[in-house]
Amino acid sequence: MTGFSFDPAAAVLWIPAASALLLAALPDYRLTARLNIVASLATFVAALSLFLIDRPLPGAYLLVDDLNIVFIVLNTFVGFTTSIFSAGYIAHELETGRLTPVYLRFYHAMYQTMMFGMNLAFVSNNIGLMWVAVEVATLTTVLMVGIYRTHAALEAAWKYFILGSVGIAFALFGTILVYMAARPVVGEGPDAMVWTVLVGQTAKFDPALLNVAFVFLLLGYGTKVGLAPLHAWLPDAHAEGPTPISAVLSGLLLNVALYALLRFKILLAASPGAIAPGPLMVTMGLISVVFAAFMLYRRRDIKRLFAYSSIEHMGIIVFAFGMGGPLANFAGLLHMVMHSLTKSAIFFAVGHISQIKGTQRIARIRGLTVTHPALGWGLVVGVVAIAGLPPLGIFMSEFLVVSSTFARQPLLALVLVFGILVAFGALILRLTNVAFGEPRGSKAPAEGSYLPMFAHLALVLIAGIYLPGPLVDWFQHVARLLG
Amino acid sequence: MQLHSLAFDVSHTLAGGLVLISFLMLYQDRLYSLLNVFALHALVLALSVAWQAFVQNAPHLYVTAVIALVFKAIIIPVALHRIVQRLGIHRDIESAVGIGPTMLAGMGLVALSMVLMLRVTPEADPLAREDLAFALSVVLLGLLVMVTRRNAVSQVVGFMSLENGLVLAATGAKGMPLVVEISVAFSILIAFIVIGIFLFRIRERFDSVDVSTLDDFRGERR
Repeated sequence: MTGFSFDPAAAVLWIPAASALLLAALPDYRLTARLNIVASLATFVAALSLFLIDRPLPGAYLLVDDLNIVFIVLNTFVGFTTSIFSAGYIAHELETGRLTPVYLRFYHAMYQTMMFGMNLAFVSNNIGLMWVAVEVATLTTVLMVGIYRTHAALEAAWKYFILGSVGIAFALFGTILVYMAARPVVGEGPDAMVWTVLVGQTAKFDPALLNVAFVFLLLGYGTKVGLAPLHAWLPDAHAEGPTPISAVLSGLLLNVALYALLRFKILLAASPGAIAPGPLMVTMGLISVVFAAFMLYRRRDIKRLFAYSSIEHMGIIVFAFGMGGPLANFAGLLHMVMHSLTKSAIFFAVGHISQIKGTQRIARIRGLTVTHPALGWGLVVGVVAIAGLPPLGIFMSEFLVVSSTFARQPLLALVLVFGILVAFGALILRLTNVAFGEPRGSKAPAEGSYLPMFAHLALVLIAGIYLPGPLVDWFQHVARLLG
Repeated sequence: MQLHSLAFDVSHTLAGGLVLISFLMLYQDRLYSLLNVFALHALVLALSVAWQAFVQNAPHLYVTAVIALVFKAIIIPVALHRIVQRLGIHRDIESAVGIGPTMLAGMGLVALSMVLMLRVTPEADPLAREDLAFALSVVLLGLLVMVTRRNAVSQVVGFMSLENGLVLAATGAKGMPLVVEISVAFSILIAFIVIGIFLFRIRERFDSVDVSTLDDFRGERR
């Protein structure tokens, strides 16, 4: 290559950053909705090209390795499909007068800023920079959750903001402690915050300091993952914001915090004197699964229902990574990808439904498969997938988590299976209410395209039946990296 | 030797002072006085950071000190003062928990952070480890202010005093890169903008910044 060189790691950052500025400047909402899609597609393509080119050496700030490519590609893909869904969704919101063109300008700019923040968190090699990126992504979502400015939306945004800030404060304190632990070994200055430098020398760090640091990081980033008992912001934020944001929150933002936790888990695992991070994560994961499973029964709001289901699934994922070992890590990674795809597909469906019916209350939605066959059956497939039935992808990943746990800790596996079954019951119960029976509410056709929803569901179905060999190899390789 | 012990004593005094002012914050039952105490908190933080800059010979820390002084000790308290005035909420703060239990909880949290930090960092240099213990106390006390208040303005003040504790910790960690300090200051700026927007929106809709009035509008209660 002569002259021009293309750096995809930088491109996944500057494309969203530049388009955020552009979208904030343009007044016409139809144009900006389309540009939002184009920008998200460009970011996705840039992320895909990470596979093709030679990787740059890890710098002081940016890093591309096998672990974060998975996250970046998933992130930009769901970001892209959500932008398609969002274009149809906001057109309807504009018609009904819930949003005004000025707010849409703000909305699109924030959407791209959020994508920028999340991508930055994934590619950053500096634990301080990663913290900043997670904070940026969080603040933008706070603003988006409050965008309807109703009582409930403001309360949800305020709660999210306060709890999120406390979480982020703990995460920063943990980050400072990691720096303190690294300083005597690595030396003062920026190097002591570079992840690739740290990970080689963790064995020489003071283990006691690392332990305390990890507890703070787990509480801090764990709040953002939505682990019980730190989950209180999550259902409100999902239920009261615009539905595309619910999809992105569940499908992507939770993964960002999880990714941060995993990076620190790898650090800790390299230090023989430090506590094993596994048992802590296993405990919080199990509490989340069982707690969320029971909470599912009392939900009357359809978006809250699926928000609690997200808590349950993040619990399963954190549990799997906490168990560790190649098989459980593989299952955790697969489950994370499947959950992101399925949950955002479900939120796409829920977005269409709540717009048609004009309500999110489960009791007022009946007989969807009769009035809206495509939408209704799409929701059925999505919920069947998220409940963990074969032949869809989540069945496979849950099966792997459970079977790998049975081999090592049968008692823990029993608790996990109990939680999954309880959640299964709640989801199927609600699904039969919503999807079948005598139709109730408006029968108007849905606006916007079902394409994003069916694309996600098709991917989940294919993954449940057949996983391509190279993908399996890649995931196995990453699972070994995670230790 | 003489200089070292002086450096040690001064930074100790300033960090201890921060913890003490956090305690003062716990029992202020009027918004104006809470804001004044917060301004004092930020002032002491600025002094402490400036002292660290001098002791560690790290000139970039002066920037952080100036930000703490100008932004947190002057601009924010003044702005919040005006908001409180405009909203007409300078009456008593209704705190969710009484002063007695709050103070006891505060003491417990300080004891906890001392025990925790001093025990796990026996090998670190004494300046850094005691600074860290104080910083954790300030963080936890800020958290306590946030949970014991129901008023949006005082929750914000609690949050900012919590951030002050984080800045204290970051400056106490010798040689922590500048990137992080700027970002800490920057995030406070963003946080403030967010909060400002929130307060104005809440004002527009409810004519009240008492968060407890928001609690009635939970989506599922009916």
